Amino acid sequence: MTVQTTSQIATKIARRVAELPPSGIRRFFELVLATEGVVSLGVGEPDFQTPWTIREQAIYELEKGKTTYTSNYGLRELRVELASWLARRYGLSYDPDTEIVITVGGSEAIDIALRALLDPGDEVLVVEPCYVSYAPTVILAGGTPRYVPTFQEEGFRLNFDRLREAVTDRTKALVVNYPNNPTGATLRQPDLEKLIRFATEYDLLVLSDEIYAELTYEGHHVSLAALPVAKERTLLISGFSKAFAMTGWRLGYLCGPAELIAAMVKIHQYTILCAPTISQYAALEALRSCDEDVAAMREEYRRRRDFIVKAFNELGLPTLTPDGAFYAFANIKATGLTSEEFCTELLRSQKVAIVPGTAFGPSGEGFVRASYAASFERLELAVEGLSRFLGK
Amino acid sequence: MKFKLMELLRQNARLTNEQLAARLGITAEEVAQLLSELEASRAIYGYKALINPDAAGEEIVEAIVEVHVSPTRGEGFDGIARRIYRFPEVRSLYLMSGGSDFLLFMEAKSLKEIAKFITEKLATMDGVKETQTHFLLKKYKQDGVPLDGEESLERLPVTP
Repeated sequence: MTVQTTSQIATKIARRVAELPPSGIRRFFELVLATEGVVSLGVGEPDFQTPWTIREQAIYELEKGKTTYTSNYGLRELRVELASWLARRYGLSYDPDTEIVITVGGSEAIDIALRALLDPGDEVLVVEPCYVSYAPTVILAGGTPRYVPTFQEEGFRLNFDRLREAVTDRTKALVVNYPNNPTGATLRQPDLEKLIRFATEYDLLVLSDEIYAELTYEGHHVSLAALPVAKERTLLISGFSKAFAMTGWRLGYLCGPAELIAAMVKIHQYTILCAPTISQYAALEALRSCDEDVAAMREEYRRRRDFIVKAFNELGLPTLTPDGAFYAFANIKATGLTSEEFCTELLRSQKVAIVPGTAFGPSGEGFVRASYAASFERLELAVEGLSRFLGK
Repeated sequence: MKFKLMELLRQNARLTNEQLAARLGITAEEVAQLLSELEASRAIYGYKALINPDAAGEEIVEAIVEVHVSPTRGEGFDGIARRIYRFPEVRSLYLMSGGSDFLLFMEAKSLKEIAKFITEKLATMDGVKETQTHFLLKKYKQDGVPLDGEESLERLPVTP
């Protein structure tokens, strides 16, 4: 038997994985993990427990022995309930039998959607700054991501001239995420109409990650697929994590045209088989009974948002009021520091953790992301630390 | 705004006017003004700590008493209710639908004290027909707070 050295073993790793750029903020994340007593506004998940009625229902279902597989598409009862919830909340119309698949979080939905769509060399437009996994998932699916930046001066909304410039004859799809992590921007109906005209013009599919839809503070979220003619080229990606404070249950869903969903379910059935059964029962209870819990959490986030955005602006860090999600994306360019320097120094000197904007794409440089999914007391502590750090 | 302010104080009455102002997006002066209005109308009728004497090692006996009474012409239940609640031993008194008329919450240092109050004062009062006393054995949750501690939420300190 030969003993392989680490470097020899590493040669076994597939090239596209080996070449996948490591997450730019790994080093910073490790520094946070190694620091004691951190006041963290770096968390991308709700600080609420899953509502008790959901947990209690899951316990009950476990007692009844709901421990076996479900259909590949997911529990039919859940898909039926979800279809009517989507209709009630967003005016969407999906057939629970052919147009919805329940996935392991929104993450799996993104993965199977891209893997089912992309041939080697196909390109996907990724609007950034954005959630960290889109571009790597495109690469793992054999495609090539093309970043299209958005800017604070434009409210981090889509700019169709820049999108057009990025289109090539290999462009197959576009990933958008509104309400957006990390900017908190949302798209209004006119933007969405332009988006669908753009997608139609270039015959693109749109992966619309609407995981934060329920956390919309100004007006009501407009779902892309609810627009006329949009449904046939939209893949709706969402889940239960943010709206119902169910991150650890790992449950999401993917909705779209039946032929596409069938292709995606092929991958899902071979690699996942089905989403966790007990989580699916929990989600059923979430859809049936938790409107008021969601509304209460939304109100609490809104109150915190108003506080932190005001505080950042008063500290001389220009920050737009986010219309959705639970992040404030602050402009730190006036400090002369890079995003990573700013966050590292803030952590070292004040033990306050926020995330460098560069974690979310190249145009995140000069910005930092603060999550207001944290108690008001923590937000106050963080603002005090930030204020000392900036010498104010 | 009034309701939001009351809700915040209901969760934590020790927040300062400045902290309340930050949470509501108004000035501390505006908070002070709202508070004096709420206090004047008795929409806020006091600020007290939630205490658990048990945890401090102090023995205390609590009882819930169902009281059946005869309402009187002109005053209904209010006259007799007033006669009962003026005793300092009575912490809360409610008029109920169902089996009994009043539900009375009281606490004392010993069982004996409670028995003394009920047999000597309450049961013998004009208009009181019958009492049924239930002694409290264990408290799990009071005023919206579980007494065995809130569950904690353990999150990773930083996630994308």
